[in-house]
Amino acid sequence: MCSIGTKGICDKEKAHPVGSLHLKSIRKAFGTHEVLKGIDLEVKDGEFVIFVGPSGCGKSTLLRVIAGLEDASSGSVQIDGEEMISTPPAKRGIAMVFQSYALYPHLTVKDNMGLGLKQMGAPKAEVEAKVGKASAMLSLEPYLARRPAELSGGQRQRVAIGRAIVREPKLFLFDEPLSNLDAALRVNTRLEIARLHRSLKATMIYVTHDQVEAMTLADKIVVLNAGQIEQIGSPMELYNRPANTFVAGFIGSPQMNFVEAGRLGDDEAKTIGIRPEHITLSRESGDWTGKVIHVEHLGADTILYLETDVTGLLTVRLFGEHRYAVDDVVYATPDRARLHRFGADDRVIA
Amino acid sequence: MSKARMSPLRSGFVHLALAGYTVIALFPVVLTIFNSFKDKNAIFRTPLALPTAETFSLVGYTTVLKQGDFFGYFQNSLIVTVVSIFFALLFGAMAAFALSEYRFRGNMLMGLYLAIGIMIPIRLGTVAILQGMVAAGLVNTLTALILVYTAQGLPLAIFILSEFMRTVSDDLKNAGRIDGLSEYAIFFRLVLPLVRPAMATVAVFTMIPIWNDLWFPLILAPGEATKTVTLGSQVFIGQFVTNWNAVLAALSLAILPVLVLYIIFSRQLIRGITAGAVK
Repeated sequence: MCSIGTKGICDKEKAHPVGSLHLKSIRKAFGTHEVLKGIDLEVKDGEFVIFVGPSGCGKSTLLRVIAGLEDASSGSVQIDGEEMISTPPAKRGIAMVFQSYALYPHLTVKDNMGLGLKQMGAPKAEVEAKVGKASAMLSLEPYLARRPAELSGGQRQRVAIGRAIVREPKLFLFDEPLSNLDAALRVNTRLEIARLHRSLKATMIYVTHDQVEAMTLADKIVVLNAGQIEQIGSPMELYNRPANTFVAGFIGSPQMNFVEAGRLGDDEAKTIGIRPEHITLSRESGDWTGKVIHVEHLGADTILYLETDVTGLLTVRLFGEHRYAVDDVVYATPDRARLHRFGADDRVIA
Repeated sequence: MSKARMSPLRSGFVHLALAGYTVIALFPVVLTIFNSFKDKNAIFRTPLALPTAETFSLVGYTTVLKQGDFFGYFQNSLIVTVVSIFFALLFGAMAAFALSEYRFRGNMLMGLYLAIGIMIPIRLGTVAILQGMVAAGLVNTLTALILVYTAQGLPLAIFILSEFMRTVSDDLKNAGRIDGLSEYAIFFRLVLPLVRPAMATVAVFTMIPIWNDLWFPLILAPGEATKTVTLGSQVFIGQFVTNWNAVLAALSLAILPVLVLYIIFSRQLIRGITAGAVK
């Protein structure tokens, strides 16, 4: 297909456009309530960035500001170095996948996917070709003539993703795309998104409250809380070196144990964090004596809740199956090398 | 409703109540139609009887069709009703979209202001409206009636439609914005089709008072060329003598177009009224 004469065009076709994103002190207030309190962020070409945080932390609002669906009260949004703050959403070179799919109910799958290009005035053949390519990628070909009402939830979300791919955006925006799917579909669709990111090499920004999605998909996670960025880093950086107690508590499941530092004889720090998987248990001896309050057998993991003499309530995660019963007396020993120490301001002490 | 929760006895009572209501609602209509086919004596002697071979008479209909330009009246009524519904729905839906979609200063107040018309009858302003129409040279035109009826229909249309439009998903509208649809395209192509049941409801509720109105045709457009059916039928009702044959025939004829319009809208209407109640 690629003859020598048309080389230039072919190259252009092959390379999926990627874009960088630059946010500078984005603020957004609804009335007197400030939802975003000055967000600075840089996203490089081809990066998969995930905004994660509890509900109401402003992550969806931030995504909408990037998309141009909400106006920022102040600050600047640059896509590929171009100021976008007063550019309408359709001209920003973005595509968005919504939690509720947001497919046009009166259009077929094919028309749903092609509408964006049609609005841009692309010739019919080009729309056809791009819709064909995207639907092949997502194995949606058998459904092209159907309407959204005739599809299952997973298929609908694939159509929504297809609609985004067809636009060949510089920036993919995902707003909790898996929240409405059941658990099995969620895993499948997650894999599909990860695969897409690898094959398209596109820049993707993804909002979720689910840390598993964040940890599994992201190149870079942005943890948001109350309209501010708490920490930016790769999944393992956040897991191994959380900058403060909020991130430490938010990333990792079950949640990190927080113990008053004084109880462990550490006067410098205020709080000590210990991940449940960094504690070993023994029936004979150990640092802390505790009684089992509750046991959760998950097959691959066993999660124990202990009441110990030194730390109070302690969650322990053991790998594999273990036979502990409620009221058993056990000894817990933390992995000293993997303790996290936090100061009075809740920030980590190096 | 699931069958398991509905005992036969209960559903029997429900059907009885509904059947009773249907009879009560249909009785005057049926009586009017029956009597319109009888001669004058039979109307008074046996008002509840069906027309028989002896009492059957079309004198009412022939009188109506001979007297004045009755088809013209029909045409006027239809034009006024259909055009008024169209404008009330169009402008009502546009205002409702603005109120439900955009955050702007005074949004709430504007919504209240537009809804006040539901509570204040437009007839209170008759004198001012008449003065206005005289000044604008619109007396004895259908335009005058259309303007008044559109205004009359707007408050309810805005009130009902803005409630429905709030239920249309924001994500859908935003997806449209990202795909490059203009605000008008979002309104006409995404939102309007989704609130169609509500539009039908509003259309029916707006249509009936317009079709039946005697007040404004009498005041604003009593001329022969602009008479509506309701006004046209009044020539048969005199202070001392009333031509009942003709009145009943005229009323029977006047029911027909409303019935046709209702049948067109009814499927959507039922969906509109039960939306939210069921499911």
